[in-house]
Amino acid sequence: MDDAPDTPIPGAAWLALKARTAARIALGRSGGSLPTRPLLDFQLAHARARDAVHAPFDSGSLALQAAQSDVPVTCVQSRATDRTTYLQRPDLGRRLDSPSRERLAALHAQPADVAFVIADGLSTRAAERHALPVVALASTVLASWGWTMAPLIIATQSRVALGDEIGALLNAGLVAMLIGERPGLSADDSLGIYLTHAPSIGRTDTERNCISNIRPGGLTYAEAAHKLLYLLREARAGGLTGVALKDDSDRVMRLVGPDA
Amino acid sequence: MASYQCLVGRRRHEFGDLRTLLAKASPRRSGDQLAGIAAQSDEERVAARCCLADVPLQTLLEQPLVPYEDDEVTRLIVDSHDQFAFAPLRGLTVGGGFREWLLSYDTDVRQLAQAARGITPEMAAAVAKLMRNQDLILVARKCQVVSRFRNTLGLPGRLAIRLLPNHPTDDPQGIAATIVDGLLMGAGDAVIGINPATDSVDRVIDLVRMLDEVRTRFEIPTQSCVLAHVTSTLQAIERGAPVDLVFQSIDGTEVVNRSFGVSIKLLEEAQDAARSLKRGGDQVMYFETGQGSALSANVHHGIDQQPCEARAYAVARHLDPFLVNTVVGFIGPEYLYDSKQIIRAGLEDHFCGKLLGLPMGCDVCYTNHAEADQDDMDTLMTLLGVAGCNYFMGVPGADDIMLNYQSTSFHDALYIRQVLGLRPAPEFEAWLERMGIARDNRLREPERLHPLLRGYLLAGG
Repeated sequence: MDDAPDTPIPGAAWLALKARTAARIALGRSGGSLPTRPLLDFQLAHARARDAVHAPFDSGSLALQAAQSDVPVTCVQSRATDRTTYLQRPDLGRRLDSPSRERLAALHAQPADVAFVIADGLSTRAAERHALPVVALASTVLASWGWTMAPLIIATQSRVALGDEIGALLNAGLVAMLIGERPGLSADDSLGIYLTHAPSIGRTDTERNCISNIRPGGLTYAEAAHKLLYLLREARAGGLTGVALKDDSDRVMRLVGPDA
Repeated sequence: MASYQCLVGRRRHEFGDLRTLLAKASPRRSGDQLAGIAAQSDEERVAARCCLADVPLQTLLEQPLVPYEDDEVTRLIVDSHDQFAFAPLRGLTVGGGFREWLLSYDTDVRQLAQAARGITPEMAAAVAKLMRNQDLILVARKCQVVSRFRNTLGLPGRLAIRLLPNHPTDDPQGIAATIVDGLLMGAGDAVIGINPATDSVDRVIDLVRMLDEVRTRFEIPTQSCVLAHVTSTLQAIERGAPVDLVFQSIDGTEVVNRSFGVSIKLLEEAQDAARSLKRGGDQVMYFETGQGSALSANVHHGIDQQPCEARAYAVARHLDPFLVNTVVGFIGPEYLYDSKQIIRAGLEDHFCGKLLGLPMGCDVCYTNHAEADQDDMDTLMTLLGVAGCNYFMGVPGADDIMLNYQSTSFHDALYIRQVLGLRPAPEFEAWLERMGIARDNRLREPERLHPLLRGYLLAGG
């Protein structure tokens, strides 16, 4: 090793190191162990992520908010009766319970170009905070395109594939599932959107397109709505979603204005 | 196919075939329940174990869980079975014979090593179901599997750490910052291994070159790996990238491996390609596995998670790897619901791997929707440390910001080395001392800007 002038305690160097990554580096140590401050920082981040998974989904407030904007809305529930069941039985989270099926069937929905589903998924916070603004932005543009939209659905204890059954019952050409993503320590309220053409029970994940990481510090509502609109338009034109439909939304003009 | 029966009290339990028997004998596990193959009651579970205890090892050899004609992993297991190594075990049953042979004072490291090639994944999986956690620890600890590339892993009294400098956008400065932090915390002897955010060949080549530059510049006696798909790594080798280890995720059936885009033949090609570079020893492969991958790929053949996992070790063993680790809690609560299930699975996987002769490490980890936290990781890491696990993960602050899960940290590594008196790989330990980073297995307090840190800053960090 070459010799360089001695520097005293290299605090500034550590700060320079830390500035380069969000990883938990340069934490210091007590003996070999984690000092108290970073120990508690980690616990707080983990606690928030856990809370995001387990917080009850306030579908009622969401429905009220939607209704206030004159959007027709229906709440449904999967066959997973509680969070514990939901986490262990993804199969149950992919199917509607009987009352929900009947409720949707009773709507006698006219064929619609697209159905939006707001779904709790693994982060109820993400669904509560970010889904309606994205739906609102996209709906305004879709209305101007002359698209028909099914009633807005709010789904509890839901997996992505629950949208297939919902979309089929609503006679929707496309279903967009806006669903809470698995919380990480750095983000507990990240929303994802899964788009599926000709929804019906049994669709596979390769037949969907995904927009991920919608949250403050991630994809903005306007960016998400733009991608969604791009994919909706291309999906209808091409009659498909999935691996064959590429997200080239970066190459076209913005389809929505900036966030209000 | 014969059915298996056993009388428990006044009730006769019957199990239609071997895979049913194994599945029912397994500890409660959400993934097996999801697949609909788990025991319906605790009594049925124990009845299955009673029945399994009397099954001869020979039967496990003769009745593969997936038919020979249908599956290249089965063909590998059967065709490579060493009858000579199996000879001392031939007459044993799973319970009365094999379990007790493993636990016997007389069965030592040498006998276990000699028997390894006679033991099939199904035998290891079956006996694991009859073993308490302490049995899994005791027998694994008796096994010793040493592997070599630029340094030596798995020696008694040693514990290595894989340094994971992952970054969500593969930013070279961010990655380098984490490498510096990890090395100064004494981690990185198992491998410096990046999970790339983007699996493109260009990206892989950039990262491989960058890792090699750091390693050669500071003359670190370790190896590097970019954990891309094997086909990307093969192309990187063809294009002249300085690849040390070839990584791949694998499973225990041909169908699932196909869904991963791999076959035994492809892995053999990758092994040949990496060996031809002659950058270290001949052990050039790094495999990761984990219970539940078959079910998550929707093809479990009616086999429970644990034997599927053990069968992946047969694939690994065929390719003489430098590193193998189960990523035990990564898959989520639908496969391993809580810390009890994660801890048990981690001990089973380590045991089965070691028994089959693999240099087993473990990614002791969990996701935020599993019922587990860092205390549980402390427990599993401590148990596996006692069991003689070859290496753990070193993730800064235990928080992987690219893959969004929690594992074990550089600090955790220092803890386990401290309480169990374990030291890094000998070549790496000497380097840590030479660099003034550690002395007598303790980190030193830096008196001035360490050359690694200064080197990073001069490099424009």
